[in-house]
Amino acid sequence: MTQQQINGQSTQQDLLVDVRNLKMYFPVRSGAIFQRKIADIKAVDDVSFTIRRGETLGLVGESGCGKTTTGRCILQLYRPTAGNVLFEGQELTRMKTSEVRRFRRNMQLIFQDPYSSLDPRQNCASIVGEPLVIHKMVKSKGEYRDRVAELLSVVGLNPSMGYRFPHEFSGGQRQRIGVARALAVNPRLIVCDEPVSALDVSIQAQVINLLEELQEQFNLTYLFIAHDLSVVRHISDRIAVMYLGHIMEISDRTELYENPLHPYTKALLSAVPIPDPVIEAQRERIILTGDVPSPLRPPSGCVFHTRCPIAIEECKGGVPPLRDMGNGHQVACIRV
Amino acid sequence: MPPLLDVKNLATYFYTPEGVVKAVDGVSYDLEEGETLGLVGESGCGKSVSALSVMGLIPWPPGRVVSGEILFQGEDLRKYDTQEMRKIRGKEISMVFQEPMTSLNPVLTIGRQLTETMELHLKLSKAAAAARAVEMLQKVGIPDAERRLTQYPHQFSGGMRQRVMIAMALSCDPKLLIADEPTTALDVTIQAQVLEVMQGLCREFGTALIIITHNLGVVARYADRVNVMYAGRIIERSSAREVYGNPHHPYTLGLLHSVPRLDEPRRTKLDPIEGQPPDLATLTGACAFLPRCRYAVEKCAEYPPLVSVGENHVAACWEWPKLGTKAMTKA
Ligand SMILES: Nc1ncnc2c1ncn2[C@@H]1O[C@H](COP(=O)(O)OP(=O)(O)O)[C@@H](O)[C@H]1O
Ligand SMILES: Nc1ncnc2c1ncn2[C@@H]1O[C@H](COP(=O)(O)OP(=O)(O)O)[C@@H](O)[C@H]1O
Ligand code: SF4
Ligand SMILES: [Mg+2]
Ligand SMILES: [Mg+2]
Repeated sequence: MTQQQINGQSTQQDLLVDVRNLKMYFPVRSGAIFQRKIADIKAVDDVSFTIRRGETLGLVGESGCGKTTTGRCILQLYRPTAGNVLFEGQELTRMKTSEVRRFRRNMQLIFQDPYSSLDPRQNCASIVGEPLVIHKMVKSKGEYRDRVAELLSVVGLNPSMGYRFPHEFSGGQRQRIGVARALAVNPRLIVCDEPVSALDVSIQAQVINLLEELQEQFNLTYLFIAHDLSVVRHISDRIAVMYLGHIMEISDRTELYENPLHPYTKALLSAVPIPDPVIEAQRERIILTGDVPSPLRPPSGCVFHTRCPIAIEECKGGVPPLRDMGNGHQVACIRV
Repeated sequence: MPPLLDVKNLATYFYTPEGVVKAVDGVSYDLEEGETLGLVGESGCGKSVSALSVMGLIPWPPGRVVSGEILFQGEDLRKYDTQEMRKIRGKEISMVFQEPMTSLNPVLTIGRQLTETMELHLKLSKAAAAARAVEMLQKVGIPDAERRLTQYPHQFSGGMRQRVMIAMALSCDPKLLIADEPTTALDVTIQAQVLEVMQGLCREFGTALIIITHNLGVVARYADRVNVMYAGRIIERSSAREVYGNPHHPYTLGLLHSVPRLDEPRRTKLDPIEGQPPDLATLTGACAFLPRCRYAVEKCAEYPPLVSVGENHVAACWEWPKLGTKAMTKA
């Protein structure tokens, strides 16, 4: 990606989502009655990236770094504090709520927890079919039934299971129900928020394969949020690494794993244990010290400087901008 | 010398309205002093129940250890009464759980909780216990230990709480530490910190360690030997190198093929294990892996015994000669 492309000038055609300087601050209030705002949680703090049509952009980082918030801001489930979200060139942040609701059939969300994200009182068919009714996408009962059956079989569930309730399904099957529901409205973008994190490894692989097949079949674009770097590398075309509300590095998948530039990315990669004792015995490990600071009081300058093994005095100064190192590999570190 | 822990034919069942859940059904393993043993398998396969059985912590009703021996330093813990078990727990065998908040008392300071254990088991004076509490917190890498002792659990982050649990578990110098998914709730960078601290201290104190996890990478990094569990039984055991490099059970092989690996070129497609684990209340006499197995033959209708498949390597599969190194390279 060239600088020009990042600015979204020459490649409008293949840009699906363009996020610019996105900020999402959550106010912290005190006092029972007057609820004075005493501080802001800077959940997402000036984040810019693009998602191209048909690609999977992976978003990784440790819990609390702002991944879910970023995803929800794109879908306008949170209205951002500042910044722009362009979907096929349309600005979403200034849309009225009613307009956003209609627009949302273009963008769907798959949740992490297949247990709490499905309404326990609704049967499987009505969970999957509900968006069809909300967005008036079917004209008759018969069409509704056919479409629900089709959606269930597309995600590998037997349509006869439609009468069952969520508790009668395993975790992997529930996640398939969530996927079928997201697909119902023929969205172009699906934000997958840790869709396999709660599943066992053998089931994880089933769901990942399903998501990949569906992407091909329906020309889907994914924002794939996860904290497991092995999974993210498998499924993503490009990857953005987040830390404490900021993007530290964005790059092509292969480049990120073969040539990580940011010290945080390096530490993350080295912390992932590899299922092979022979390799583990020889591996060099970077063990970061300390905890992730609170987003209420983020460190000055580079937010990673308090844990960074190569930090210098200057790192406490200004927030390092994302710089392009060639081939669309961007990194936010003054020491690279 | 007998092994430190020698579990023989352990079976623990839960008597529920849905039927008898055979959570652990004929599990045998042993552990040498100072050794690190990994226990891996997917959720619900009986890992926690097998550990709680050793600790004498199975809640009745609905659960009960129904058979087997749990020999610790040659003595069968199943013969111990509640009083005697209380003296073993925390002193000789300690346990660290996935969610430290469930084992910490929210209204007592960390210092109080640490010293209580030591006063009880080590008969230390208040002052001596306090001094050792500071030392333990320093050992697990909690900065500013003296001040931290006066704080409450909620004032600690997830990773710091797990360090406190490790300090507490090791404070009475036990012979064995059982860590049940100790870092599953933590982020990778914190997970790495906590595991390094735990293994470092176990080495320093000569404590044997059982790491229970579903994370194949964690076991590969830390365990000397590995037990793989499926549906309440151990289905493969060997050195970590053998289990990962030369698996002889289709389930172990399937697990290894399911996970994407950072150190290898990206595969275009993952190779999952189809289907899902069985319901432990409705197991038949067949191999529990049969419905998901690619190697199944007619004989698999009968449960395969754990047999030797190589030097210090056992597996419970009729078709084991078809697996091994060749199967790994073929896939
Ligand atoms: N609705 C909310 N109100 C207040 N704070 C929130 C809200 N949602 C998220 N946060 C805070 O914002 C930060 C980022 O959260 P989140 O986006 O959920 O992170 P991630 O998905 O990376 O784990 C966290 O500190 C979290 O506590
Ligand atoms: N208190 C209980 N009552 C009924 N069944 C239980 C109880 N505790 C555990 N089980 C069952 O025992 C089996 C093994 O559980 P567990 O040892 O916790 O699995 P793991 O730790 O491997 O995830 C599961 O099927 C679980 O449902
Ligand atoms: S005994 Fe049969 S069914 Fe069981 S794992 Fe071996 S081949 Fe598969
Ligand atoms: Mg999240
Ligand atoms: Mg468990």
